[in-house]
Amino acid sequence: MSNELLKIKNLKTSFRIDDEYYAAVDDVTLTLNKNEILGIVGESGSGKSALAFSIMRLHTRAKIEGEISLNNQNIVKMPKSKLNKIRGDEMAMIFQDPLTALNPLMPIGRQIEENLFLHNKKLGQQGRKKRTIELLNLVGIPRPERVYEQFPHELSGGMRQRVIIAIAIANDPELLIADEPTTALDVTIQAQILDLIQELKQKIHAGIILITHDLGVVAEMADRVAVMYAGQIVEIAPVDKLFANPLHPYTRSLLNSVPTEGQDRLHVIQGVVPTLKNLPRTGCRFAERIPWVDASHHEENPDLHEVEPGHFVRCTCYKHFYFPDNKEEQENGVS
Amino acid sequence: MWKFIVRRLLITFPQIVFLSVLVFIMAQLMPGDALTGLIDPTITQEALEIQRERLGLNNPWYIQYADWVTGLVQGDLGQSYRFKTDVTAVISERLNNTVLLSVVALVFTYLIAIPLGLISGRYNDSPLDSAITGYTYLGFATPIFIFALVILWIFGYQLGWFPTSGSVAPGMQPGTMEYYLSKLNHSLLPGISIALISVVGTVQYLRSEIVDTKQKDFIITARAKGASENRVYNRHIFRNSVLPIAAFFGWEITSLITGTVFVERIFGYPGMGLLFLESIGQRDFSVVTALTLLFGIASILGALLSDIILGMVDPRIRIK
Repeated sequence: MSNELLKIKNLKTSFRIDDEYYAAVDDVTLTLNKNEILGIVGESGSGKSALAFSIMRLHTRAKIEGEISLNNQNIVKMPKSKLNKIRGDEMAMIFQDPLTALNPLMPIGRQIEENLFLHNKKLGQQGRKKRTIELLNLVGIPRPERVYEQFPHELSGGMRQRVIIAIAIANDPELLIADEPTTALDVTIQAQILDLIQELKQKIHAGIILITHDLGVVAEMADRVAVMYAGQIVEIAPVDKLFANPLHPYTRSLLNSVPTEGQDRLHVIQGVVPTLKNLPRTGCRFAERIPWVDASHHEENPDLHEVEPGHFVRCTCYKHFYFPDNKEEQENGVS
Repeated sequence: MWKFIVRRLLITFPQIVFLSVLVFIMAQLMPGDALTGLIDPTITQEALEIQRERLGLNNPWYIQYADWVTGLVQGDLGQSYRFKTDVTAVISERLNNTVLLSVVALVFTYLIAIPLGLISGRYNDSPLDSAITGYTYLGFATPIFIFALVILWIFGYQLGWFPTSGSVAPGMQPGTMEYYLSKLNHSLLPGISIALISVVGTVQYLRSEIVDTKQKDFIITARAKGASENRVYNRHIFRNSVLPIAAFFGWEITSLITGTVFVERIFGYPGMGLLFLESIGQRDFSVVTALTLLFGIASILGALLSDIILGMVDPRIRIK
């Protein structure tokens, strides 16, 4: 129990569209332990980033309900001043797009130092500079003294992502959220950045939430995986169990759509992720994308069921799910 | 940075040369010459020719141009037909007035525009923002000459807080403290009139830049570091939003030096704009030519200033 770092209970994050609130994250409950990597996967629009921004409380116009507690402090109800003490210190975030996440008018060094300045007043100007160079070294930036003086536009995407990581880990955060840290980078750089995150985990012993839509990344990095669809967690399990025995139709469809060698056609999941306004609010949210599964197999109010220790699945439809043998005919029959 | 400034200065030089050629050609195309305004119309053709030869008007154009430029560099802009004195003398007093008026107008413009733009952008769509935006629309819709008249009437004539015309009270001894204070006092009302109208563009620019900047990713990064809202605005949003205004600064100066005609007229303020208008009306071509050249140079220098300021605030502009 003392190992528990982050606890999220019944989190609901809603946005206002035309005077009505729509939940982008709905009823999310999960825990993260110290020194653990939790992968969160899902298609675009499934609420992964909205979840991450809720934890950091970075949404500017959202209604957050439920409970998020980091080291037993409830972030949802916390006053701004207290929140600012925690952000960047106890919890930090690595952002998706390194090309836009740095201030274009501020030298790299000062952007990292700002984080040190805000949370570690004892460190003098010299101390901050020393620590910044140290951090740049740690994230694998060559010639840190030079980069310290440079501006973001003088660095490549991969280098900028390293700088963003350096900003995030400046104060040895206990919780590190990486929101698709490699999406904007090319493949070779992706591998380097992931290695770096793995390495940092050993060094700073943080609990890490790794958000991605790359299942390969999750398989390699994560200890546990949560699969999100339409704002909900549909399946959560230790990584080996999830890959060995995926249960929820959505998880299975996702895994099924990863291309394998010698395969001549790609499997696709029917339909698209519904937009925020058109999310189904009742019943199994994935039901409309697997229309060949009989409606009676879905639960009316799907809940997470523990099928084996640590492995939870939402809705009972997984028991009756199958891939239609002849996909094309099925599709023609439906739409 | 120095490299950038030097390179930028090097580009400026040929611009000024080109400008001088243009102005020279335009002056040549104008009817009449330096002689026609001076002479008695009944003079004989031979005497005229002698005078033309003496003034160098029969030389080929490139020699005339060279003479003109040599004069320019030495501060000799020719003779005013109207005032019968050196153009330099005519202009220099007016130039001082205009520069003073421009500085006063600029100071007030930025003193008013920056706080308004900041508030409006930070609290966008609040009642306060609506009030400020409402003012900017009014400002856009109000012609400056009407507005200046109203201001003059209220503060000059009704309340009597400010002098109503001229650039200095009569009988002042140039060089004394009272003289300078009187000059400043005379420039306040026209300066504020210009400022109150010209702020509206800057306010709207700043507002929309701030609204734009505050949604950028690096602002989220700053918040994620735990920076307070005030810090986020002062350190991250403001500087990024002020770029286009900094870029506009030089142009603003140019337009003030060249374009305060209406206000100068209404306040009877003897500045460059008024001089330009009068000179055109009275066919005082040597003054018109000199002013055209001066306005052109002001534009070039304004652009230069804009670029240098932009280079100072935005590292991406600097040429490596």
